[in-house]
Amino acid sequence: MISILSRRIASLIVTLIVVSLLIFVVMDLLPGDPAAVMLGTSATPETLAALRSQMGLDQPLAFRYLAWLFGVLHGDLGQSYTYGVPVAGLIGERLSVTLPLALMAVVLSIVIAVPLGVAAARRHNGIVDFVAGLFSYLSIAVPAFWVGLLLIIGFSTKLGLMPAGGFPGWDAGLWAGFKALIMPAVALALSQAGVLTRVARTSVLEVMSEDFVRTARAKGLSDRAAIWGHALPNALIPVVTMIGLQFTFLIAGAVLVENVFNLPGLGRLAYQALSQRDVVVMQDVVLFFSAMVIIMNFLVDLAYLAIDPRLRAAG
Amino acid sequence: MSRSIFRAAGGHGVLRRSVLGLALAAGVAFVAPQAYAAAKTSVTIGMAIEPTGLDPTIAAPVAIGQVTWQNIFEGLTTVDETGKVQPQLAESWDISPDGKTYTFKLRKGVTFHNGVAFDSAVAKFAIDRARGADSVNPQKRYYSSIESVETPDASTLVLKLKQPTGSLLYWLGWPSSVMVEPKSADDNKTTPIGTGPFKFVSWAKGAKVDLAKNPDYWNKSADVKLDKAEFRFINDAQAQAAALTAGDVDAFPEFGAPELVDSFKGSDKLATVIGNTELKVVAGMNNSRKPFSDKRVRQALMMAVDRAMVVEGAWSGLGTPIGSHYTPNDPGYKDLTGVFPHDVEKAKALLGEAGYPNGFSFTIKAPQMAYAQRTSQILQAMFAEIGVTMNIETTEFPAKWVSDVFKGGNYDMTIVAHAEAMDIDIYARDPYYFNYKNPAFNEVMAKVEASSDPAEQAKLYGEAQTILANDVPALFLFVMPKLGIWDKKLKGLWENEPIPSNVLTKVHWEE
Repeated sequence: MISILSRRIASLIVTLIVVSLLIFVVMDLLPGDPAAVMLGTSATPETLAALRSQMGLDQPLAFRYLAWLFGVLHGDLGQSYTYGVPVAGLIGERLSVTLPLALMAVVLSIVIAVPLGVAAARRHNGIVDFVAGLFSYLSIAVPAFWVGLLLIIGFSTKLGLMPAGGFPGWDAGLWAGFKALIMPAVALALSQAGVLTRVARTSVLEVMSEDFVRTARAKGLSDRAAIWGHALPNALIPVVTMIGLQFTFLIAGAVLVENVFNLPGLGRLAYQALSQRDVVVMQDVVLFFSAMVIIMNFLVDLAYLAIDPRLRAAG
Repeated sequence: MSRSIFRAAGGHGVLRRSVLGLALAAGVAFVAPQAYAAAKTSVTIGMAIEPTGLDPTIAAPVAIGQVTWQNIFEGLTTVDETGKVQPQLAESWDISPDGKTYTFKLRKGVTFHNGVAFDSAVAKFAIDRARGADSVNPQKRYYSSIESVETPDASTLVLKLKQPTGSLLYWLGWPSSVMVEPKSADDNKTTPIGTGPFKFVSWAKGAKVDLAKNPDYWNKSADVKLDKAEFRFINDAQAQAAALTAGDVDAFPEFGAPELVDSFKGSDKLATVIGNTELKVVAGMNNSRKPFSDKRVRQALMMAVDRAMVVEGAWSGLGTPIGSHYTPNDPGYKDLTGVFPHDVEKAKALLGEAGYPNGFSFTIKAPQMAYAQRTSQILQAMFAEIGVTMNIETTEFPAKWVSDVFKGGNYDMTIVAHAEAMDIDIYARDPYYFNYKNPAFNEVMAKVEASSDPAEQAKLYGEAQTILANDVPALFLFVMPKLGIWDKKLKGLWENEPIPSNVLTKVHWEE
């Protein structure tokens, strides 16, 4: 067990370093000089040179990479070119929006999808299954930002019940923050729930046909008890994987929804940094996203080990 | 009926008290909102683009000035709502007969938001900072003619110039020329300190900037009505519309989507105010590259364009066609759209004369913005009518566009909205991305600088416009409208935009 863990952690660290190098090189290859972008259409060559040297862009690539990596390892993510403030603070501020949003969306999609998927599996080929299938297809096909627009038109513009967008900040109160996030969370959750419903349904169906469930039923357990007590825990592995994947997707993929609802989240920060060629912010945000994905995968692996004792033995 | 209720109430103390209480509450509720509305002294202004930093003297983006100029920062001079130069921190000035010495009388009793007094030493610092060797001022060339800055006494500032510079007073009114003081200058990017009617309060990155009234503002006659102002940044046009309708935002002085403007017409709450900006949409051509090096080709392309149709298709009919690189806001504006009006037959004939009877094909590098993409598509169809094939290559703005087109000069045609006010002199700059070289034009621009007489300058600007209209270094298309949408009770916002800004000095609520 210990050896599995240490091996996984070592590969985690190596992956992160390789990824950081890749990010740095790719960002450097992007067309567009950040200094030129800042100066705009009246830049003269001298002003450009002055700004480039202020920004440290005249240093060699390897030097800049090592300086960045050294900083990141010491918790110094550098300064944003455009905002002129430390990037760590920026990412922190944005996470206070994106993280609760993603969490709310994940919880909502689980609440919708797991019961629906189980019900569809139990009444497999019945009317519930059909409705669940329809819901899945629709929610996968309809983009989250569009659902968001509909929600705004319905609940904000027409009914005036909800704020149309923006984020008041958590210091405005928990309820105000929650109100600002609930519609975007619903928009995100709906499209995620579709995928999750299908995974849950398939997975429960598979497990239900296995011997141990049949044995449980033969022992005289009710359908309900057999599913919730025996089938579901075993059907959880693919569902947990999916949730793990979705969570990283939600954090990274909230760009459009954050735009529609005008939320100052991480997705919008990344988008803005890219168009402004705020290279430092881009590097840090992409590294953060990558680290999230890598660490999530790591955690999903750990969850497997916890759920399925056979994997522990095999390791 | 009423008697029995009264009696019942009289019979039960608790009930009576609660009825009284209710009546009181109702009375308060009835009075309170009116009292509140009459005293409304805050405003929320929507902007599409968040500024990058809050110091207009070190970075170019227009949004920086739109938050800070005239609100937080002020200059020696300023530009008013009609585009005219007015005194500000310089109360008056004297120009020597040879046009090379400017003596400014500075206003007394002005302090910065951090308490530092404004005087000639501060003004000298600000100007030297803008023109110095390490300066990254986006308009550094404005100060290139300044030879020395002298401070004979605390309220006198003397600028000695290398040569007469007729636009100097106008340039000193620009966002990039605002007065900053030595102690706070380096931090203006995040915590701007100026002399203006509003103080910076906070900046929630990605969401909003808050300002509050400066109680010590020097200009008592300005009679600033607002106590608080919030600039909220909403990029998505649908979200902008929703925020206006839901009342989250009081005004969008520059609403982003012309196609949604009609949806506000007939609203009893919101006013639609359409004015002119300084944003000139022009399709620049690489004048040093074949076939655009031939004037007849450029003229033929201009005649292939139906400007009214471009405005209709690209910007929902909102916008003003132009015939040169100049807007109706600017002094000495001439309508030159008639120089090369839409005429397919003449265009074809001219192309034949230039040696392209069967047309030619080229590529336009069009930024991703909606106006640029839509205009390119319309131009493509219009050029096809005279046998010219135009391929559209989307080029990311600003990053890739700046390196490819602006710096690299590697393009045939491009399209962009030039945001700087009074920037007709870009056609005289060398190098500049059009690669347009015309000594006659440069001479007119030099004369503008040699003169400090506004009437004379206006006449010269007329000549400059005419030269460009005939030479067509770029296809002059239209001036973007200022699509102002705001609460009907909100007054005092600028309708036109002779300089990109959101001046709040006169903004107030009216019942």
